[in-house]
Amino acid sequence: MTKAINTIRSLDLQRSVIYFGFLGIFLFFAITLHDDGFLTSRNLTNIVLQTAPATIMAIGLVFALSAGEIDLSFGSVVAVAALSAAIAMQNGPIIYGVMAGLGAGIVIGAFNGVLVAYLRLPSFLVTLATMGLFAGIARTMTDLRSIPVLNDTFTGIFGSGKLFGVPSLVIWTIVAVAIGHIIYRNTRFGAHVLAVGDNARAAQVSGIKVPHVRLMVLTLCGATAGLAGLLYAGRLQAAKYTLGESDLMTVIAAVIVGGTALNGGKGSIIGALLGSLMMGMLNNGLILMGLQVSDQMIVRGLIILLAVAISLRETRR
Amino acid sequence: MTPTLSLKDIRKSFGGVTAIQNFSLDLYPGEIVALVGDNGAGKSTLIKIVSGVHRPTSGDIALDGTSVSFSDASAARSHGIEVVYQDLALADEQPVYMNMFLGRELTRKPFGLLDNTRMRTETQSLVDQLDVRIPSATSTIRDLSGGQRQGIAIARATHWASKLILLDEPTAALGVAETAKVEELVASLKERNLAILIISHSLDQVFRLSDRICVLRRGEQVGVRKTAETDKNEIIAMITGVHDQ
Repeated sequence: MTKAINTIRSLDLQRSVIYFGFLGIFLFFAITLHDDGFLTSRNLTNIVLQTAPATIMAIGLVFALSAGEIDLSFGSVVAVAALSAAIAMQNGPIIYGVMAGLGAGIVIGAFNGVLVAYLRLPSFLVTLATMGLFAGIARTMTDLRSIPVLNDTFTGIFGSGKLFGVPSLVIWTIVAVAIGHIIYRNTRFGAHVLAVGDNARAAQVSGIKVPHVRLMVLTLCGATAGLAGLLYAGRLQAAKYTLGESDLMTVIAAVIVGGTALNGGKGSIIGALLGSLMMGMLNNGLILMGLQVSDQMIVRGLIILLAVAISLRETRR
Repeated sequence: MTPTLSLKDIRKSFGGVTAIQNFSLDLYPGEIVALVGDNGAGKSTLIKIVSGVHRPTSGDIALDGTSVSFSDASAARSHGIEVVYQDLALADEQPVYMNMFLGRELTRKPFGLLDNTRMRTETQSLVDQLDVRIPSATSTIRDLSGGQRQGIAIARATHWASKLILLDEPTAALGVAETAKVEELVASLKERNLAILIISHSLDQVFRLSDRICVLRRGEQVGVRKTAETDKNEIIAMITGVHDQ
């Protein structure tokens, strides 16, 4: 019995808001949009495919927020990473593209991390600045032109391919969530991240290397944004400076709605996955409802506001 | 008997300001020594020197007769010295067992994943032994009372300290009943043969708990008295420097 309860706890089922919210929105669209094809497996798969990059970035952000830091720059990192990968693959093999994309993400993340961890600049301001910095760099990299990605292996692995009938983007999502969840819940690093975000002084006097943890979570954010950039490039078979531009609000909302505290010490990877899927359903459902883009923005903004308010009430207790 | 901790002629100055000087004290296993003095007398500086946060400008620190020098707090910890801070130093949103093992989490082979089960059972048996009453080892710190939290902090120190526990005003933030409970807990640590150095502002508490009292005034050691052979008037006179009433 106790064991069962602990298992349930480890799955974060106690953070009930996201589960009810997720189910509620799903049921609402399932009923009202039944005749518009919301429930078709094709449409549902589409939602997962479309949310894959956001879900992966949400994993990075859960770590950053849990350690008491934030990353606002990941949207720009997506563009830089995707463009780097596309440029590297114009004259080189796929591995150059993967390394360029992931490498760009990791280097930018580490750059943020060093400024935050060792110079003790607030991550909010550092990443606000680097968000602009790298958005500009993404624009100058190709003079606003988009670069096609013609490598079939690459677009297969990171985009439209399938393994045993399962779309590769679904596999990326599942693997990333599983690894993220295990690191977050079941490793010393995960425990240290939570401790640093919860009480940095307590962590420090307990022998945890606080600056190292801060550097690592921001580097991880960069790495997940780099992977997200590869997934965008693979799915769209092109890279452009606009990639990731609109992900900032979606990802932050997904993470907060998923039960991660804005001020650190508490969070959930599974919750972030559900939060991200919920954002995807909202997008999808509002389009199927035939709302205009402006109306979609208003409705989505209001729903996010509501969901975030409810989740924050719960995380604050 | 070899003292657990032996301090000889400890002096610490920050730039031109001397925080503490001419300090010598031996602490024996199973003994509670109280460190008293007015604000700014140098008590916290001394605790920081022993716990490795500050290095003494001059003087010797010996553990079990062997001279030691700590480069940082981790070094002191690895020598079996633990500190309980007045502001607790617990991570509020984490469960009790994670706090007990904070920074020293147990892992399991072959993947090095956290051994939550073992951390929980070890925590439970420790709090049971010390009679710290909490709902469960998986309770979140935030849900506990101040006394329970300080109980956890002391239990953590007890678990990891093999030689010495430094308590920096452990009951400053607690109510009457909780203070009594924590004092009981501190007194019970003597049986574990640990040496205990406690800072307290409450002379009543000092007289209830300690075997000896060491008085500091303006960074200088005024004297050490056996608790059984002195009284509050003498200690107050030593703290304030007013000898003739």
